[in-house]
Amino acid sequence: MNPQLRRRFASAALIIGFFVAWELLCVAFGIKDIVLPRPSQIVVTLAQRMPAIWPHALQTLYTTLVGFALGILAGVFLGALVGSSKLAYDVAYPLLVGFSSIPKVAVVPIFVLWFGAGTIPAVLTAMILCVFPIVVNVATGLATTEPELEDVMRALKASKFDILSNVGLPRTMPYFFASLKVAVTQAFVGTVIAETVASNRGIGNLMMIASSSFDVPLVFAGLLILAVLGVALYVVFSFIEVRVTGWAHRKDEFAMG
Amino acid sequence: MLAPASGSRAHADAFVELQKVTHTYGRGDKEVRALESTDLRIEKGDFIALVGPSGCGKSTILKLVTGLINASSGVVFVAGREVTAEPVRVGMAFQNPTLLPWLTLRDNVMLPLKIVAPFRQEYRAKRRSEFRDRVDALLAQVGLAGFADKYPWQLSGGMMQRASLCRALVHEPQLLMLDEPFGALDQFTREELWGIMQELWMTRRPTVLLVTHDLKEAAYLANRICVMQARPGRIIQESVVGFARPRTIALSYDPEFVTLTQRLRELIMRPAKETVQ
Repeated sequence: MNPQLRRRFASAALIIGFFVAWELLCVAFGIKDIVLPRPSQIVVTLAQRMPAIWPHALQTLYTTLVGFALGILAGVFLGALVGSSKLAYDVAYPLLVGFSSIPKVAVVPIFVLWFGAGTIPAVLTAMILCVFPIVVNVATGLATTEPELEDVMRALKASKFDILSNVGLPRTMPYFFASLKVAVTQAFVGTVIAETVASNRGIGNLMMIASSSFDVPLVFAGLLILAVLGVALYVVFSFIEVRVTGWAHRKDEFAMG
Repeated sequence: MLAPASGSRAHADAFVELQKVTHTYGRGDKEVRALESTDLRIEKGDFIALVGPSGCGKSTILKLVTGLINASSGVVFVAGREVTAEPVRVGMAFQNPTLLPWLTLRDNVMLPLKIVAPFRQEYRAKRRSEFRDRVDALLAQVGLAGFADKYPWQLSGGMMQRASLCRALVHEPQLLMLDEPFGALDQFTREELWGIMQELWMTRRPTVLLVTHDLKEAAYLANRICVMQARPGRIIQESVVGFARPRTIALSYDPEFVTLTQRLRELIMRPAKETVQ
């Protein structure tokens, strides 16, 4: 068995083992549903209440993707601006760090104040949360382009735009796609936070209502949905990353002597 | 357009000319004079080598002629006009191959055709026909036939450097700038590439300015060698290399060749000895 396959088996075994241990511990110590439901109960709840849960899951996914799309647009634009020169990078960096270190939960009430409760604050929260990893990565990718690569282009009398489109942007792609993986999970977090605080739809809202009526299995069913959606989005963007920027993930065995 | 500095005009027969050019990096306390007042004339189609110790301003001259940096004083003429006044097609190769890792070898070599006039206007129309054939022929000439679809990281250092030479030449540059292009290679690869470089020069006749640490390389490739001195950087001596072409590696063991490289070596080492007390 090759090492990679063995790692995958080990990962799968760990995940299954985790749920089995959870189930067994709940049974062994007689833990009540209202404290910690067993995984089997969660799955049963999920199956039974699917028609009720489904619209909420779709709403959360929709909000996340819209926020994420806006985040990409804003992130690439700001990142290109900040990364356009060493000076811009150095000047803008402290402000960026300042903004990104604000706990984003704190901005949800402001969005609610401006736009009222509902989908818009959730979309904006998702966007705010996912925009910073993208800005920082795009800016870093552009700002760290090797000067020699630019010299090659400048000796050919290439315009700023030629340099950006032929060297800067392609070189930044690995950074960009690496940030998308992080950003999409962040967008997800943003959506759920906003939904718990100020919305009447979405998984976050469903979990709030379920917990206030002590429907603990439903709360955990919501959690499970969130985990599955989060992992799925991460996998999708990892896959795109490897496909688009394979040159940056090259393997040594291709190299010739 | 820049007006030429008063009184200075380019010589009619010189393709590249430096007149009283100085260059200083940094400001105030950190000021470093990289190049002391320097005159240099290169005729069209000539092959000049700049040799000297580290920090003697060799690469500075290269960058001045390319227009990558501006002279602190003095004038640099290229093709009878002040540098940057008129676009002259320049090819450049560095010690690192600086190939773009996301492009195949063919696309890497084709890059100048995508950027430089008049090729860029025809790039879309000819990239899959005429330009492609031209690139493949050039790759074949340096011994890279069949590697056009490989990515740079799939090749050895010597192969990447060959491709880098192709990229410097593909757009038929009038001026070819070589900044220690063979410096990072092993001796056998280096000597093989000298032969290839000589052949490329003889068939295409660009004006070449080669910066190198390797005296054998300079004597093998160049028509004229300018010896430079460090701190402040300036040209202290020029030697004409008269050996007939095509030159061979066997020539480098010829007594006359050895005498030449030894004399160059003494010229470069002497000032260092004098300043060490």
